[in-house]
Amino acid sequence: MRKLISLILVLILAAAATAGCSTATKPAGKYLRYSAGTEPETLDPRRSTGSPEAIAEAQIFEGLTVLNDKDAPVAGVAEKWEVSPDGLTYTFSLRANAKWSNGDPVTAHDFEYAWKSTLSPAFGAKYAYQLFYLKNGEKYNKGLIVADAVGVKAVDDRTLKVTLEKPTPYFLTLTAFHTYYPVHRQTAAANEKWAADPKTLIGNGPFKVTAWIHNSRLEFAKNEHYWDAAKVRMPKMEFILTDSATTELAMFENNQLDLGGNVPPSEIPRLLKEGKLKIAPLLATYFYCFNVTKPPFDNVKVRKAFTLAIDRAAIVKNVTRAGQQPALAWVPPGLADEARGSDFRRVGGDFFADNDVATAQRLLAEAGFPGGKGLPPVTLIYNTSEGHKAIAEAVQEMWRKNLGVNVSLANQEWKVFINSRTKGDFQVARHGWTGDYLDPMTFIDMFVPESGNNDAQYKNPVYENLVRRAKESNDQTARIKLMHQAEKLLMDDAVLAPIYYYTNAVLVKPNVKGYVRSITGVFYFKEAYME
Amino acid sequence: MLKYTVSRFLSMLLVLFIITTATFVLMHAIPGGPFTAEKNLPEAVLKNLNERYHLNDPLFKQYTDYLANVARGDLGPSFKYEARTVNDIIAESFPVSAELGLAAVFIAVAGGLPMGIIAALRQNRWPDYLCMFAATIGISVPGFILATLFIYVFALKLELFPAAMWGGPEYVVLPALALAAFPMAFIARLTRSSMLEVLGLDFIRTARAKGLSPFAVVWRHALKNALIPVVTYLGPLIAAVLTGSFVIESIFAIPGLGRHFVTSIYNRDYTVILGITIFYSTFLVFLNFLVDIAYAWLDPRIKLDGGRGD
Repeated sequence: MRKLISLILVLILAAAATAGCSTATKPAGKYLRYSAGTEPETLDPRRSTGSPEAIAEAQIFEGLTVLNDKDAPVAGVAEKWEVSPDGLTYTFSLRANAKWSNGDPVTAHDFEYAWKSTLSPAFGAKYAYQLFYLKNGEKYNKGLIVADAVGVKAVDDRTLKVTLEKPTPYFLTLTAFHTYYPVHRQTAAANEKWAADPKTLIGNGPFKVTAWIHNSRLEFAKNEHYWDAAKVRMPKMEFILTDSATTELAMFENNQLDLGGNVPPSEIPRLLKEGKLKIAPLLATYFYCFNVTKPPFDNVKVRKAFTLAIDRAAIVKNVTRAGQQPALAWVPPGLADEARGSDFRRVGGDFFADNDVATAQRLLAEAGFPGGKGLPPVTLIYNTSEGHKAIAEAVQEMWRKNLGVNVSLANQEWKVFINSRTKGDFQVARHGWTGDYLDPMTFIDMFVPESGNNDAQYKNPVYENLVRRAKESNDQTARIKLMHQAEKLLMDDAVLAPIYYYTNAVLVKPNVKGYVRSITGVFYFKEAYME
Repeated sequence: MLKYTVSRFLSMLLVLFIITTATFVLMHAIPGGPFTAEKNLPEAVLKNLNERYHLNDPLFKQYTDYLANVARGDLGPSFKYEARTVNDIIAESFPVSAELGLAAVFIAVAGGLPMGIIAALRQNRWPDYLCMFAATIGISVPGFILATLFIYVFALKLELFPAAMWGGPEYVVLPALALAAFPMAFIARLTRSSMLEVLGLDFIRTARAKGLSPFAVVWRHALKNALIPVVTYLGPLIAAVLTGSFVIESIFAIPGLGRHFVTSIYNRDYTVILGITIFYSTFLVFLNFLVDIAYAWLDPRIKLDGGRGD
């Protein structure tokens, strides 16, 4: 026993000595340490869906086009393209010097292989529907026809011909999206798990993955075979994988991190004051969704009254506090309208006044519930989160004060919540929608019955007709006009109560330069550098 | 001994079977599935996905197929992390949790035992009050508060340790201390009360009367007997800290098993939920078994075969 005690004491002393000697805070290097959020589910672009995956893949892959700092598509692997007059056929010419990270040339066959395998029913890709723009893409995914009938064909190594189901004026922004990236055909065909191992994870972007320590970090090195390697300034880069905002902030303040986008809301005012945060716009709207089939929200006047009785300015000022804009319409700012340089939101304008209590009270009385009397019990559901809870409590109080209505709040665990909302098992539900691509249609077509995301259970043939016509049109003027009309109808019918347009509060060290951030939230670090 | 071992082994299998079945039934009963997401998938896409993971088979078939695979040592693919299996996930993350857990057990025992002994030997004097004050803090302040405090003081203010992540020995210290605080305090209190009880027994008086040095009395005679309750506590403690603490692993961004255990439930990652439950249960049952063996070594009066004492 005496020996054991002595051993323990020696070990304690040794541990203390090691701990005392360590210098934890490493000096900032000339490479970027970015907090990428949660562990990516995969780095195979054919299988990925979420934002952490999209950001990591944006560094190691490149599509036919890429988004520039104004979110406009510019040449990527394709150096030029031609579009047929009917807007249905795109012929892309690939760069001769586009190479994979192992030195092989990137060919049109790699694109054809990647897109067709994503659509293959046996492959079972979640984002297969992002390729339903291709002719017969959906039919192939449903197993109704063979792969050869899909509208993508490698004419030769450097020519890719794409045929679309309908004219899609924003198709060139889609080709910058991760589901449209190519994959290294031979590697992916030979090894199903190729994207899980840095040794076989071959990409064609500015960086390549050198290590992937799951749930901890991703390490990147410059891809010397990248066609535009001269513009890549950082020899390496590190993505920290943590889903805790508090941890991220502690690492940022401890100089273990240079950039990150997950900030504890309560710290935002202090960090803004200290100049450690940048507020970046995000293509997303926070809103409350009414179930238009359930009383009392089957009455449009009740829905409007509830929408008008919210003081959005107070919510963004006192609750969310990250520079959000009160939302008085559905489509957020940042999307191009018909004329060059104009914004869909600015052209469309607001649809109602914020905190219009007098009109709200009048409408509720007209609906037969003056001062809230006789209104059936109402419950607002939200998914468990301090932020959603705070907003719900604020809105609950506004409805009580402005309309005389006592609304109950109920929080639900995430997947239970999604289940209730999708099935229409609610009266009012918290909701948020982020655009998938850079066109107002990513918001506009949400409330058609076949969308799968029409949680409001809204059915209006006039609205459906406007959406269908906008989707079939190749005339940008007509499309935009139809989408404005559809949005107006949604607002007139008060299917949803918009609350604010999201922003992204980004923690950033002053010496991080040259990165590009899309309003879809994706970072491009190709030309980033540390001063 | 053999009879006991065999019966314990069989009951272990039964317990594991019941746990697996109950977990399987419960996780399918909660609303939402692995592919429930903010953006709903079109029906055709969902059908292909369910086909790929055999989720459209009848539930009983899914269950029997799963058991057959488990019997072969295959815990199945993760639904969330493409191209990774549950075996991969456990193989990668368990060593991390185990490393952190071992450090925490070491700190808890190396700190808790001396605290308890000193408190008992100096009962109702200042060393006793000091040790028990520290133990009360360790027991009453939750680990995540201590973790946050440690990060603030030792990482952000004194810059002695990293605030988070996993790597060299310097990354282990703060999370291990935060994880060890509660068990260390618990061991200290347990050791103190147990020591006080033993020190009052006849054989200690005899040993003292024989003229043995106080050191020999404490180390050779009192401590071995006083350790029995501590050892009882060590089994579940080791199982709990070695399989990972979700809170501590999240706060320090440590890629351990504890985080998977909790996030797999949020994700409805069925195979990961089941795989980690089976792994954890096996571990717990086995460690309890080891504790029973350790009893016999510490106190031969405790019989393993359930027979009456002499």
